[in-house]
Amino acid sequence: MKRSFAVLFSLIFVLTLILSACQPAPAEAPAEEPAVEEVMEEEAVAEEPAEEMAEEVTLVIGFTSSITGKQEVSSKRQVNGLTLWMDQVNEAGGFTLSDGTVVKFAAQTYDDESNTERVQELYTRLIAEDNADFLISPYSSGLTSAASIVAEQNGKIMITTGAADDDAYKTGNTSLFQLYTPGSLYMSSTVDMLKELDPDAKVAIVYEAVKFATGVAQGIVPYLEANGFEVVLEEGYDTDTADFGPIVNKIAGSGATVLLGGGHYPDGTALARALYERNIGLKFAYLLVAPADTKFPELGDAALGIAVSSQWELAATHTEAEAGNMGVEWFGPTGEEFASAYEAAYGDPPTYHVAGGYTAGLVLQKAIMDADSVDTDAVKAALNAMNLMTFFGGTQFDSSEEAHGLQTAHKMVVAQWQLNADGELERVIVAPADVATADPLYPIPTR
Amino acid sequence: MKNWRNHLGLLLPMLVVIGFSLWPVITGNISTRESAFTILKAIALASSLNILLGYTGYVSFGHIVFYGFGGYIGLYFVNQQDWSIWAGMLVGGISAGILAFLLGKAILRLRGAYFALATIGINEAMKALFNNLDLFGGPIGMVLNFSVYKAYGGAAKALGMAFYIMAGLTIIALIISHLVRTSKFGLGLLAIREDEDAAEVMGVVAPDTKTWAYVLSAIIPGMVGVLFFFKNGNVEPHVAFPLHSSIELLVMVMLGGQGTVLGPILGAFAYQGMRGYFVTSEFFKDIQLSVSGVLLLLIVLFIPAGAVGWLRQKFPTLRRVLQ
Amino acid sequence: MQQISLLLTSLPDGILLGFVYGVAAMGLTLIWGVMDVINLSHGPIIALGMFGTFFLFIRSGINPYLGLIPIAIVGLLLGVVIYFVAVHRVINAPHLSSLLATFSVNMIIIGIGTAVVTTSPYNVDFNMGSFQLGSTTVLGTRLIAALIAILVTGGLYLFLFRTRPGKYIRAVTNNRSAAELMGIPSTRILALSFGLGTMLAAVSGALISTFFPFSILAGGSYELKSFVIGVLGGLGNPIGALFGGLILGVLEGAIPAFLETSWVPVIEFGLFVVILLVRPNGLFGAKQ
Repeated sequence: MKRSFAVLFSLIFVLTLILSACQPAPAEAPAEEPAVEEVMEEEAVAEEPAEEMAEEVTLVIGFTSSITGKQEVSSKRQVNGLTLWMDQVNEAGGFTLSDGTVVKFAAQTYDDESNTERVQELYTRLIAEDNADFLISPYSSGLTSAASIVAEQNGKIMITTGAADDDAYKTGNTSLFQLYTPGSLYMSSTVDMLKELDPDAKVAIVYEAVKFATGVAQGIVPYLEANGFEVVLEEGYDTDTADFGPIVNKIAGSGATVLLGGGHYPDGTALARALYERNIGLKFAYLLVAPADTKFPELGDAALGIAVSSQWELAATHTEAEAGNMGVEWFGPTGEEFASAYEAAYGDPPTYHVAGGYTAGLVLQKAIMDADSVDTDAVKAALNAMNLMTFFGGTQFDSSEEAHGLQTAHKMVVAQWQLNADGELERVIVAPADVATADPLYPIPTR
Repeated sequence: MKNWRNHLGLLLPMLVVIGFSLWPVITGNISTRESAFTILKAIALASSLNILLGYTGYVSFGHIVFYGFGGYIGLYFVNQQDWSIWAGMLVGGISAGILAFLLGKAILRLRGAYFALATIGINEAMKALFNNLDLFGGPIGMVLNFSVYKAYGGAAKALGMAFYIMAGLTIIALIISHLVRTSKFGLGLLAIREDEDAAEVMGVVAPDTKTWAYVLSAIIPGMVGVLFFFKNGNVEPHVAFPLHSSIELLVMVMLGGQGTVLGPILGAFAYQGMRGYFVTSEFFKDIQLSVSGVLLLLIVLFIPAGAVGWLRQKFPTLRRVLQ
Repeated sequence: MQQISLLLTSLPDGILLGFVYGVAAMGLTLIWGVMDVINLSHGPIIALGMFGTFFLFIRSGINPYLGLIPIAIVGLLLGVVIYFVAVHRVINAPHLSSLLATFSVNMIIIGIGTAVVTTSPYNVDFNMGSFQLGSTTVLGTRLIAALIAILVTGGLYLFLFRTRPGKYIRAVTNNRSAAELMGIPSTRILALSFGLGTMLAAVSGALISTFFPFSILAGGSYELKSFVIGVLGGLGNPIGALFGGLILGVLEGAIPAFLETSWVPVIEFGLFVVILLVRPNGLFGAKQ
């Protein structure tokens, strides 16, 4: 009995070995692959003489996403947005360049498990085996900075979305193009709003001790001090912090009236809940990322009054008229068109992560159209020269060598969870004033 | 060289690793090179862990601490002090070795599960410590400037070079592993594994022997860390000290067969290949972790000696080659 | 002075939380004591307990405290199943085997959990109010959780010291071969102990879910805390775990008063290693 077991399982073991040995096999003749594909495409064209003479190219967009792990919520939304854009382009039959080439897109993606361990391997695989023509970043700054090395090394364009950290763009790259407002400017519109509301506010900055949140939090301190605010507490907490009670007590003890901080979704919800339970009488609480998610109201009353800065909000979507006023080119659908298409496809209203994913595709499409070519260098030049307005906002990239690809035109809005007339939680825009849909709830009512 | 038969056991491992190193060179495919890099890295780390785990029987759950610690120190000098990658790796390896020496003096007194727990604690404490050290960028970590790669002919060349260095490190790890196994020092370690108290009676100075095994098993991971973060272009605390990877290393050593030179190679190859396959396969990707878990459980329960151990039992004639 | 008042404000919280951490660690240390196995599937089982509350309360509307009973029963059965599937065969093997066997159970649970509930955070929006105690706010959920934790500890104590199976468990803990010679059915006792250990883990998860948001991966950090607590209280000493939990809770409440919060894990794990070196039997002694 024991013996047969051993034989059986050693068989399994050997099978696993074989399985894994076979796995990279399709890659063995990569150099020929593009050629083969082209031949096949030409054949396909030849077989359908009824079609126009137009050549059709399907560009492969490669990216990894966090199907598992702690970035999963936001990453999935980002991918949904990108997928929506791709489906729309392909359903419309692609778009045509001046030489008659019809451009369509296909996605190739792997799960990065929210873990940088394999990101480079997967991106290399996307480039070398899946022949990705253009790359989109993973979600989060940490994953993106590892992936960007591979993009740079292979000279592939990478549109980064969901990666706000500034550092990755200051390393002398030539292929990165950032859609989000950089981390160091993340909270600036919130600080501007506070200055209007309460210039005497005492600010506590409490953030998750990870790359993104630390960058944002440390980046805003000089701006706060320049605006005359007193920073009474500046402190990071560990990602695995379960009990935010002591931190909240510390905020209370510091005499702060305003909290700026947070990190990602899990810790943000826990911090919001602890703030509510302790009821320490803050006038205003701002958290990164978490309150921008549609799941945030699951916290119930604890969500009330929590503010977030958002890369995009439907209620404050950017319009063609705005582009006209600024003298900037407009491209793509309106925010309402985008939102209703997304709701129809996925059943929930889009967040800014969705919009960022969608716009990553849109900007790439526009750059290909501007370049009138699918050649990487031509598209790169078009991106460097781009000055565009989409429903997501302004898009212009720093073309200097020191900070290539850093976003310079996009502005953030401040959103806050407030109660609507029916007593339901609703996220409204409270700043900047020209797009605000409601007054800020300030101070947050105490129980 | 008249004792060449003693080194027959090194033959097969060397062939396997050299084969791995040449595979991407022959195909000229950079994706294959990346996969091979991941596997070689796993082989180097697993073989190093095997020096401690396989030869002395001490279960280190936090072996990755040397990878993170050495990597951090080395990358600091490469990035902030403009040292070359070679000097950086040297510093990384030495600092990991020193850390192992100091730790070894303290925690190798603990036996069995107490030692395993202590290594977990050290890894977690070290991760949290680096998260608080501003010298190393705190939570932000360090981002390598692309200009660093220019000294090596650009990022593409640098990453290519990193692969060959990795192959070299893996081979060194194997040679160390083999030499330890065939030396008198290694015999002392095996004696400790079988019965530490009896070994002491027989004249093995257990504390010193164990400490040196610990140091030997730490140096290569420290160097691999520097190389990996150099290639990755950045380092953050939670990337440098992933407890999960420590456990994966144990799994690899176990799969292949602990206490053998060839075992960790097979284990690393099988495990990384399997994970790589599951993550990218359409069918398994949602449930890949469970499938890996079931396979691991079956192997632990039914072939605890690992692949090489099992083969050695079944085919005693192969013992000289399968070491 | 400000630090002292901050300390006083945070201490009650830490103490209440410490009891709950203690229950989690009790499960781990009980299994260690009886069979010298470090249960690496401890964390995912805590997470399963959390999801148990989520589904019972949010989906079926069952009061979280009433829901503890089905969660405890399922936890007990699950533990017995895990014991026979994964642990029984390696119970006498070297440590590495049992560590990896329970780790593979960990992978299986997390893998299935990820496929079913994803790795997104969940929140049980449940509130028992709060009251002021001096300068501090005491949350109802934590107070009740702490009381339940004490009850559970008391129950475990009575079980171990007053009932026949409990006495058997202690006999096996002391010396398994001697116990077998005395006619104690050791396999059944081992399975029961493993079941009790996972039951305690599941119950602690269920309690934690009433005040913290969680995900399927959340168990990992409580598992690490359980290691620390287990060592503080003495590995193999379930009752000591309650005091270990208290110490950890107090530390978590007290450290932020004096240092940046991000130093908490440095001190926790540093202390853990030091205790292992200096007093491997824990502050309160443990089995030899």
